[in-house]
Amino acid sequence: MLGLALDLLIAALVIGVALWTVRTRDDFAAIVGFVAYGLLLTLAWARLAAYDVALTEAAIGGGVTGVILLRASIRLKPVVTVRKPISARILVGLLCAAISAGLSAVVLLPMTPAPSLATEVRAHLAGTGLGNPIAGVLMAYRALDTFLETVVVLLALFGVWSLTPDAAWGGRPVMAGPTAAFGPLPLFGRVLIPVGIVIGIYIVWVGADAPGGKFQGATILAAMWILAMMAGLTKAPPIGRWRLRLLLAAGPIVFVAVGLAGIPLAGAFLAYPEALAKPLILLIEVALTLSIAATLGLLVAGPPETASGAEP
Amino acid sequence: MTAIIALFSTMAIGAGIIFFLAGTVGLIRFPDALTRLHALTKADNLGLGLIVLGLLPLSSSLGMALKLLVIWVLVQFAGATVAQLIARVARSTERGE
Repeated sequence: MLGLALDLLIAALVIGVALWTVRTRDDFAAIVGFVAYGLLLTLAWARLAAYDVALTEAAIGGGVTGVILLRASIRLKPVVTVRKPISARILVGLLCAAISAGLSAVVLLPMTPAPSLATEVRAHLAGTGLGNPIAGVLMAYRALDTFLETVVVLLALFGVWSLTPDAAWGGRPVMAGPTAAFGPLPLFGRVLIPVGIVIGIYIVWVGADAPGGKFQGATILAAMWILAMMAGLTKAPPIGRWRLRLLLAAGPIVFVAVGLAGIPLAGAFLAYPEALAKPLILLIEVALTLSIAATLGLLVAGPPETASGAEP
Repeated sequence: MTAIIALFSTMAIGAGIIFFLAGTVGLIRFPDALTRLHALTKADNLGLGLIVLGLLPLSSSLGMALKLLVIWVLVQFAGATVAQLIARVARSTERGE
């Protein structure tokens, strides 16, 4: 009974905050609403016992996306919002309503028995060397989806970089404000970053057997890098540096290489030979963690602003 | 013994919730940024501290208890830093006007 009341409260809050975020006219308020919405969704996923999804939502949905939106909104100011004509708004409203109706139909009118491969996954989990069924699905059965997700993050970074002015191409993004070197932020960075790096690696490692994994851990690592850049402890790297580009591409490259090797060795693209499954998955996870962390950090840093030759 | 532990946990968590409630009321009711910040940091420090204190005897292992303590210390540290940063901005905008 108490549980049901809590669930209803969370659901009402999620919908309420979502409506408020859409309705509000102020960019900053809308972004704060979006972050709060992400944290409430985290609670909802935790109530559904989907702790992997809850962690990802908190780290990426609420955390990194919120920071990216904030930095984007600072760049956009001053912005003039023009209300679209009434016909366009009605059309958008109808399309959104159709999507909502379709999704509700899927959730409320499920097939009985629901089609599920969960028992199959459980039965064959030992073959992957992983203890967490979510990690098993992501790395073994749906490896192609996971691969494409990481490529999408990289494509998003290309989108951000394409906003670079010609003069700044190959230069550094600017993260730290002019007063960053004073006050509490550098101290906070010096103390927190070593702790955060350990926690990030722990989250990646524990993901094999418990909730956690590369996306969540990489987000924490990226956050530590962002903190270092914001506190003025380090500068964002020039985006033209080839070592940086190699780091960004390392994850997808290793994933594709292992996937192609699977064709002769295990009979299919992205299939792992049984004996080597665990080490190969570990190799991919490490490479992907580094690439995702670097990509997320640079996504937050934004397009370069200083010319590549303007500094030593 | 278990009854005493349960009583202690309930009281500590209850007291923590009261601090969060008071902090939230302060955040909504207080007149300016600095006093609102003051109300909020009390909720973070004492409220979360009491909830963690109440959860400690219920944790299943030493590792779990340590994780709870680490969470409290990290939130304290982050909260104190962010409060300082916001207070600086609030003060400099006050002077500017």
